[in-house]
Amino acid sequence: MKILVCISHVPDTTSKINFTEGDTKFDTNGVQFVINPNDEFGLTRAMWFKEKQGASVTVVNVGGPETEPTLRKALAIGADEAIRVNTEAIDGFAVAKQLSKVIEDGGYDLVIAGRESIDYNGGMVPGMIAGLTNANFVNNCISLEVEGTNATAIREIDGGKETVTTSLPLVIGGQKGLVEESDLRIPNMRGIMMARKKPLQVVEPIATEAETSSIKFEKPAPKGAVTLVSPDNLDELVNLLHNEAKVI
Amino acid sequence: MSVLVYTESEQGKFKKVALEVASYAKAVANQLGTTVTAVTINASDASILGNYGVDKVLNVTNEQLDAFNAKAYADVIKQAAEKEDAKVVIVSSSADSKYLAPLLAVGLHAGYATNVIEAPSSTSPFTVKRTAFTNKAFNITTINTDVKLVAVSNNSFGLVENSGSASAEDFAPAIPEFGVHVQSVDKASDKVSIADAEIVVSAGRGLKGPENWGMIEELADVLGAATACSKPVSDLGWRPHSEHVGQTGKPVAANLYIAIGISGAIQHLAGINASKVKVVINTDPEAPFFKAADYGVVGDAFEVVPALIEKLKAFKAQQ
Ligand SMILES: Cc1cc2nc3c(=O)[nH]c(=O)nc-3n(C[C@H](O)[C@H](O)[C@H](O)COP(=O)(O)OP(=O)(O)OC[C@H]3O[C@@H](n4cnc5c(N)ncnc54)[C@H](O)[C@@H]3O)c2cc1C
Repeated sequence: MKILVCISHVPDTTSKINFTEGDTKFDTNGVQFVINPNDEFGLTRAMWFKEKQGASVTVVNVGGPETEPTLRKALAIGADEAIRVNTEAIDGFAVAKQLSKVIEDGGYDLVIAGRESIDYNGGMVPGMIAGLTNANFVNNCISLEVEGTNATAIREIDGGKETVTTSLPLVIGGQKGLVEESDLRIPNMRGIMMARKKPLQVVEPIATEAETSSIKFEKPAPKGAVTLVSPDNLDELVNLLHNEAKVI
Repeated sequence: MSVLVYTESEQGKFKKVALEVASYAKAVANQLGTTVTAVTINASDASILGNYGVDKVLNVTNEQLDAFNAKAYADVIKQAAEKEDAKVVIVSSSADSKYLAPLLAVGLHAGYATNVIEAPSSTSPFTVKRTAFTNKAFNITTINTDVKLVAVSNNSFGLVENSGSASAEDFAPAIPEFGVHVQSVDKASDKVSIADAEIVVSAGRGLKGPENWGMIEELADVLGAATACSKPVSDLGWRPHSEHVGQTGKPVAANLYIAIGISGAIQHLAGINASKVKVVINTDPEAPFFKAADYGVVGDAFEVVPALIEKLKAFKAQQ
């Protein structure tokens, strides 16, 4: 089985969010970038397929050279090869277009993407690549088994979960649950050394048009201080929630 | 040309988010000087949609569509959009709508904006405000394509009543091959789901063990709220994973979020920042959650929660 894992290069959750150039660009100053958490669960599941059932695992990112350390980290975790599509990730559709080209060229059976990236939270890329490549699609996927060309998946739904069957080629939008958190791997020295020798191919983008454009960013207004209520005066809390906040 | 909105239902009944997206669609239609058409799938009575600004309803009734299927539903909405020559298509941010929307965007060649929280500030160019960086910022986005697809963030626009009535029409679209087949569904049907809830009562590791959730459920019952939890709580198996909120769990955009015995780590806040009013109950006055909260009680959950339940019961009895 040929597996492609889509890797988004995102600011670590604890990063301070600031903007530059008249609030039009994300300020990367002092920001640590990581593999998008939802993608890390997917990558780990791909490693499981590789080790238990035999599969080749390619990781891919659409982005500039600054994303290569994130791809190298994925190689150090155990992916066989990496592809970087050399263009700025301007919107979900543009990314999906580039990834679909990689998928068509590489003939992958299973594409694992994260449910959403933690920077733009669009949740659009997995479904769009499924739509563009005509593959089956399971979103919010928390468990995946593949046998031959058949797949069984469990996905989270509002208020519960659902078991589905489908077939390859398949795209999933994965998340926590695909593997246990304790199974996530930290690259060791050997992995890091081996990653240096693994191929990281840079491919040039295909032409696309931006369907959406980011005009600018805004930050929420600073929050007022908390109103503390004594535990002995909960009538006051009920009163505030009813009369001031008007939420009960 | 009209604005098309997909109004989701469950067992025939419209979800609250359906009425919210209908309200949103009406606001967009007013800006564009046009009408709103809703598409429903196996909904029993669509007349209520008129109260939220819908002018016309396309009712799809088809047993094959009893269980949600993203590809088929996306295709049905696409056919409805084409029939109506819709230039703007609106969906909610429920798990189902966010599943089908990217497929619909590809099908319609529509630029797609997610997590939108306000009516467009301009319709030419079509400009919307959406949340980004797990609610730590907003992004102003324009959609450049002829057809636009907008996913409205739950509980962001609210319900806006419009006295009107909708005309109804049966619509029988072609149904594509499914590709993905549902085998079984495991869902607590008697409970308010986190996505639909206006009030969410959430508890963390401060509750000490699963045996102490009775009072959390009782508080949720009194308020008609959904229950939720922090990540360690679901990791420890005290509560189901479907209740885990936060960056790696579910997003919550409730009107009121009550956090009990939750420290307020940044990954937890990432999932609940979009909630409007936050109340924190915690023994530790230094808990980071107090910085994000609107109202706080520094106190022991085991004393505060039962007392709060009594106060709320008395308050509800007076209403
Ligand atoms: C990549 C990553 C992703 C993550 N994603 C998420 C996520 O999606 N959601 C999430 O929740 N976390 C997430 N976390 C974990 C997060 O960092 C915190 O560890 C977690 O939110 C803490 O949960 P807690 O507040 O329930 O527990 P604790 O940190 O143990 O805090 C318990 C709180 O309860 C209070 N308390 C104790 N006893 C009482 C009492 N009797 N009455 C009242 N208060 C009491 C304590 O003062 C304390 O503040 C993530 C972490 C990482 C690294």
